[in-house]
Formats: sequence, C-alpha cells, structure tokens
Amino acid sequence: MNEKRITVFCGHYGSGKTNVAVNYAFYLRKRHEKVSIMDLDIVNPYFRTKDSEKDFIAKDIELICSSYAASNLDIPALPSEMYAPFCREDNFSVLDIGGDDRGAVALGRLSPLIKNSGSYEMLFVVNFYRPLTQTAEEALEVMREIENACSLSFTGIVNNSNVGVQTTKEYIEQTIPHVKKLCELSALPLVMTTVRDDLVTQLEDIENVFPLSLQKTVLGG
Amino acid sequence: MMTEKVLMKGNEAIAEAAILAGCRFYFGYPITPQTEVAAYMAKRMPKIGGTFLQAESEVAAINMVYGVSAAGKRVMTSSSSPGISLKSEGLSYLAGADLPALVVNVQRGGPGLGGIQPSQSDYFQATKGGGHGDYRMIVLAPASVQEMASLTVKGFDLADKYRMTSMILADGTMGQMMEPVSLEKVEATVYDKPWAVNGTKGERPHNIANSLSLVPEELERLNFERYERYKKVEENESMFESFMMDDAEICVVAFGIAARVSKNAIVEARKKGIKVGMIRPITLWPFPKKALLDAAEKAHTFISVELSMGQMIEDVELAIKCKRPVMLCNRVGGMIPSPNMVLEAIEKADKGGRE
Repeated sequence: MNEKRITVFCGHYGSGKTNVAVNYAFYLRKRHEKVSIMDLDIVNPYFRTKDSEKDFIAKDIELICSSYAASNLDIPALPSEMYAPFCREDNFSVLDIGGDDRGAVALGRLSPLIKNSGSYEMLFVVNFYRPLTQTAEEALEVMREIENACSLSFTGIVNNSNVGVQTTKEYIEQTIPHVKKLCELSALPLVMTTVRDDLVTQLEDIENVFPLSLQKTVLGG
Repeated sequence: MMTEKVLMKGNEAIAEAAILAGCRFYFGYPITPQTEVAAYMAKRMPKIGGTFLQAESEVAAINMVYGVSAAGKRVMTSSSSPGISLKSEGLSYLAGADLPALVVNVQRGGPGLGGIQPSQSDYFQATKGGGHGDYRMIVLAPASVQEMASLTVKGFDLADKYRMTSMILADGTMGQMMEPVSLEKVEATVYDKPWAVNGTKGERPHNIANSLSLVPEELERLNFERYERYKKVEENESMFESFMMDDAEICVVAFGIAARVSKNAIVEARKKGIKVGMIRPITLWPFPKKALLDAAEKAHTFISVELSMGQMIEDVELAIKCKRPVMLCNRVGGMIPSPNMVLEAIEKADKGGRE
C-alpha cells in the first residue's frame, strides 16, 4: 500500500468506517514514527474512535477528538486541534468521518487543506450487506452525496462487507462482483478488502486483503 | 441482494419493516438513541412515494399520526423516552378515537432528560398509560434486531385488528446494535377500515374521528365497548418465550436486552446444576399472566431482571398472585446487568429455596 500523509475514511452510516480507520492507524504506526487519528464524527454519539483510546496510548498513536466524544453528551462538536494534522510535515494522519453526506459536512471546511497537502487519499468504505448500499448503483449514489457535501473526490474504495460475527469467507466472496462494478462505475481502484483477522488465511487470493481486528465498543458502559 | 441477510441496526430494521408492512407515512422528531429510524425513513420514503416529515415537535408528530390514521392509512412515529412523554397526550387521543397507530419508544435512562444509554424504565408509562383516561396499548418488547423487524409488522397488524395503538418498547441497545436480519418473511395483513374518514363519495353517512363525548352515558358506553375489545386482546394476543422452563425451580422474568443477558446467566447456572429457566414476555401488555401463574406451580422463586428500579416486578407479583417471592435484579441510569450479576441472583435464589 502506498501510504499518504492524510487518509480520509468516509462512507455510508454504519459501514464500519471507524473500525477500518482504527485498524489502518495501527497499520501506519508499524511503518511510521508519528501517526495520529482524528475523529470528525458529528452524527453518532456511540461507537467512536475514542472507544479504542487505550490501544492508541499503548501504540503511541495520537488521538485527536472533541472533548465531548464518547462522553454521552450528544452534541455535534469538532476537536479544537482539528488543524493540527495539516501543520506537521512528518505526521501521518487518519481522518474518521461521520456517516453519509450528513457526516461529510464536517469535512468541508478542511477540504482546501486536504487538497493542498499534496499527499492524501480519500477512501469510500462500503459494506454491501448494509441496507442502503446493497448494490454498486446504490453505493455510487451515496459516494456522490458525500462528495457533494464535503467538496472532495474519492480516490479509492475499501470493501468492508461483513455481517458482523457471523461473517464467513463466502459472505466476503459474494461481494466481489459488486465491488468490481462499483470500481468500474466510479473509475476508482479497490484499495483494500477488509477481512476479520481470523479469516485472512482463507482469503489470501483476494486483491489487497487488509486484516481487521474488531474494536470493542462501550455501549451501556 | 446476493443473500437474504442484511446487517442492520435495530432502528433501521424497524423502519424497513414498517415500509414492508405497508406504512407510507412517518412523522418524527430526532432524539438519541432512535434517530436512525427517522434518518432511514428520510432516505427511503421519498423513493417509494411515501411521506417523511420531520415535525416541529413531538406533539405535532403524534397529531399528524392521528390525522393519517383517521384517513385509514398505516402510520407510525418513533421517539425515545422524553419524546414519548411529549407524545402521551396524543396517545390518549388516539385511544379515545379508536385509531390504530404504531409508536416506537427506544428507551434511554431517565427521569427527565436522563442520559442517552439504554433503559427499560418506561415500562409503567407504556403498560399503565402515560396519557390520561382509561386506555390500553399493545406493548411489544423485541429482544433482537430480527424481532425489531417482525414485531413492527405484528404491531401494525394488531393495531389495525383492534383499532388501538401498538407500541414497540425497545431499549437503546436494541436500537443501536447491529445484527444480520432476514426481511423476506414479512407478511402484513390488510384490514378493511369502514370507519376511515376518507370521503363518502356520496355513498354512505360520513365518518367522524373524535375523542370528545360530552354525554356521560355515551362516554361510559364507549369505555365499556373499548374494554370489551381490550379483553379480547388479553385473551388472544399475549406472547412470550419459554426458555429451559420444563423443570425450572427458579424462574427468571426478563424482556429485551435484559432477557439476552439472562439467557447467558441461565446457561451458566445450568452448568452448576441449578434448575433455572426464563419466561420472556414478548407482549408486556397483554402481560403473559397465565404462563407465569403456571410456572409458579413448580418454581419456588422468581427473579425479575430489569433496567429499571423495579417496574415489571409488580406485574410478575400480580400474575403469580404473590404465591412465590419475587426478587429484583436491576441496573439503571444506562447500565446493563452483567450475566455474572444475574448468575449471582440465581445462586442467591437457589440457596434461599433450600433453606
């Protein structure tokens, strides 16, 4: 994978953006000294990047998030340090954006900085088992809505198709034609196919496999 | 879709199931943890010729439900605890006019604004009223994302059949959790609505949807008639799941997320040789009284596991006519009892029974 200084993860609500972003930050940290992950979710008060804070501390990854993230105070707040990733030349940053076009609005104000960084990737995370992105055409519609909301264009696709803990090799394989079609329709490359880490050995022949460890969530304390 | 399974949040499953059940009118107002119902409807309804409307308030939304229901169409609204309090006046008016509707409450911790984590502390409000006057609602308590879908369809059918409100009483966990769902089995029934206010075409006397009755004799008659219908609901529509109850000497009673936690605890307790089972009410009203009374023949102790300060426990005590002791195992404020906590309660009941 050709890592960029700024990697933005966007997608449909509940497509698994945060889990992919967190795992990607871990991946980056294995290759680079200074890695940060920024939570720009203004849509959902649950299932936040901050839920993995202990892992970030242990791995020396900087977490940039609103002081209200995962506090149960349900307000759409942005982090006060949200410009930090753009002030550091040697830093690799992962940006985790809220779902759909509503979430991508938060990215709009950063779009000039992201474009000027000269080294960014904006990845569309798709799970073809989610209700409103079950076909390539539906997924493309969500992609376009997000691009319009944030004034940035996607550069690649992440196939994060799964049905949770019940996911098997077959579930992932069945989505390959859909993601191929989405790549054709959008003229974008398939950057990763995420696979839960215990399934990786069964799926080695798939293009750009990216192993995922599932992050804990803290709903209900 | 390539397979029959879709990965959905409970809130999304409710919304999609409502659409499959023929609901084309949704009125709501955002509140965590049920906002996904509205967000989903906002995306889907315009594509299928339905109406999604974010009302100016919860009070407005429930009165829009009244209007559409009076016109004979399937309609729903959803909210979370504080929002349901606001809708309660409308719930009473729907009952007074004998109008069917589906209302969803994805509960959060209370009272007041409370918090945004899950709770079951609106049990009294849902099963004993909330609004004013003598009335009942059919209260359905899902314990999986699949049931969020199936009970939504069931709720619409029961509402139409008995001309009353069905409430889905879920908790924040059920709304937010994701599970694979199969939506192909949805089968909704279509009911005739000769009472609907939808134009006489000059062929019949006009219908009126109204909850105002100024003549006491008339108002009394309407109340008695309504309660005849409620009696039929009690006789025919109570639903529950029985889990490991055949030889159970301890009976756990729990619904929603508390039932899922309790199942794990019961499996662990069985490994230790404790004869414990669970009755999970699926309808909280009508409450599965008979199943509980029958269970009291063999069970020496009942445990009510709740995310409240102890609300359903009163119905358990009434159902078994206080023949056996009922213990409370609870967490509140957005906290969920752990399987271990329920297991400890079961072990305590087991010791108490032998002494």
